[in-house]
Amino acid sequence: MRTRKSARAGQYAALLAYLAFLALPFLWLVSTAFKPPRELAGLHPTWIPQDPTLANFRQAFDEQPLLRAALNSLLAAFSAAVVAVVLATPMAYVMARRRTALTRVASGWVVVSQAFPFVLLIIPLFLVLKNLRLIDSVPGLVMVYVVWALPFALWMLTGYVRAVPAELEEAAAVDGAGRLRILVSVTAPLLAPGIAATALFAFVTAWNEFFFALVLLKTPEKQTLPVVLTHFIGAEGVADLGPLAAAAFLATLPSLVVFAIIQRRITSGMLAGAVKN
Amino acid sequence: MTPVTEVSRPAPRAPDRSPRPRRAVDHGPWFLVLPALIPILVLSVGPLLYGILLAFTDAQSGRTEPTRWIGTLNFQDLLHDTLFWESFRIGLVWAVGVTVPQFLLALGLALLLHQDLKLRWLARALAIVPWAMPEVVVGIMWRLVYNTDAGILNETLRDLGLGGDRDWLSGLATALPAVIVVGVWAGMPQTTVALLAGLQNTPRELHEAAAVDGAGAWRRFRTVTWPAIRPVALAITALNLIWNFNSFALVYVLTNGGPGGRTRLPMLFAYEEAFRYGQFGYAAAMGCVMVAAVSVMLAVFLVGRLRGGDDA
Repeated sequence: MRTRKSARAGQYAALLAYLAFLALPFLWLVSTAFKPPRELAGLHPTWIPQDPTLANFRQAFDEQPLLRAALNSLLAAFSAAVVAVVLATPMAYVMARRRTALTRVASGWVVVSQAFPFVLLIIPLFLVLKNLRLIDSVPGLVMVYVVWALPFALWMLTGYVRAVPAELEEAAAVDGAGRLRILVSVTAPLLAPGIAATALFAFVTAWNEFFFALVLLKTPEKQTLPVVLTHFIGAEGVADLGPLAAAAFLATLPSLVVFAIIQRRITSGMLAGAVKN
Repeated sequence: MTPVTEVSRPAPRAPDRSPRPRRAVDHGPWFLVLPALIPILVLSVGPLLYGILLAFTDAQSGRTEPTRWIGTLNFQDLLHDTLFWESFRIGLVWAVGVTVPQFLLALGLALLLHQDLKLRWLARALAIVPWAMPEVVVGIMWRLVYNTDAGILNETLRDLGLGGDRDWLSGLATALPAVIVVGVWAGMPQTTVALLAGLQNTPRELHEAAAVDGAGAWRRFRTVTWPAIRPVALAITALNLIWNFNSFALVYVLTNGGPGGRTRLPMLFAYEEAFRYGQFGYAAAMGCVMVAAVSVMLAVFLVGRLRGGDDA
């Protein structure tokens, strides 16, 4: 396409502005994490720490049980992702391959469930979990995460199943393969990358989740990373900036790594799920 | 995306049509659906209905007397609760104030990324950062940016000679705009990615044909690009509006609803009512009012979608 030089220059200027808007806050977080207290107290902060230090990281671990919190987060997010995908995959298969009243209602539910404010879900769940003595426990949180992850897991997986040609399964059936055999040796291998992407996406969203964890977990040793991070901010909003930045930076790394791996698949999965026929 | 649509049409299944394997087919779906269906019914549909019922009771946390039905008393109280309606208004301002710039900025970025520019890879890589970050970290990060003394925003303003001693998140006038900027930042990448995928479905030949016919950039956008991305744009905007209206963590970390309630979104209000003051019934009623608001948004979206059904 022909684009004039001036238009090109304008496009690059706009792109640079976007890059700055997206990147600078994050760079500021990283910069703050490596600054000694003296620099943070001074009035003229700089982009590059004049005297970079790792002391903030050590102090962050001393102030709050970060390791414990990271383990709790890992446990909750991993269990929720595995359980959600195991439960959702068979249903997504049916939703993609058949159109019955049930699958139509299920697709409707996936959309409607996005519209409910969590507070309306968490009050009754809080009461139910309290009766089951699962308040203030990671298993209770996992149950909530599974239910919360199911709609988007179904959504994405349905898209991935649709991308596996039904003709392949039919060909296998013509060759005399049984239903289970077809699922295991034809569909599953083609679906595996989609299942992995969905599980990783569920993992990151659970790892990042804050609201349910805040409501359900009260004991400090049981809290997940996002909840513990907020403890760095005092009642009056005063925070020890260095350790706060250091801990926040560390908590983000797993999400960034996982997201970098699955980004492309996530996009295609979300949109494939959106294609109705 | 197009190939996906093509393979997903309900293809005739010769083996399934024969009488013998039919039994297996009829029972198969149930067996496959139940593992997900039971948790959804028990832990999602059930609790939501229970939550709606709670709105008509005087349920409280830690009370020994049995909970009673009180009809619509909670809703009547809510009607006169000026604090809640103020919070509701703030929620709407926030939702629209975030969603609209989010969409416009995301559309601009998506159009840029669709061009053959250098540095495109960098923008794509950076775009995942806000998306992947925990909301709590996004909040913490922007607190550092907005910090009065150690923040980069004030330092930059000082360098430019534009003041730079503002306490952005505590100022009555600046708090809501400041958190709205954060909301835009946090949600922009997801919208960009969705719009970009929509753009990639635009028929390139049409675009070129329009250019040959001498159509300007705006005309080409209006007649070729927009009709192609309209369904995606509508869907992502409706979802953004709902998600933003229901959002919690960002503002909780940034201002916790302050100063003086200026950023107290409805979710923060309902959270405090339920889990600080223990008023479960009253908070559930607030949740119901929020559902009603969201339903109106969804209805508007669906009407828009139906109306655009011919050209979408």
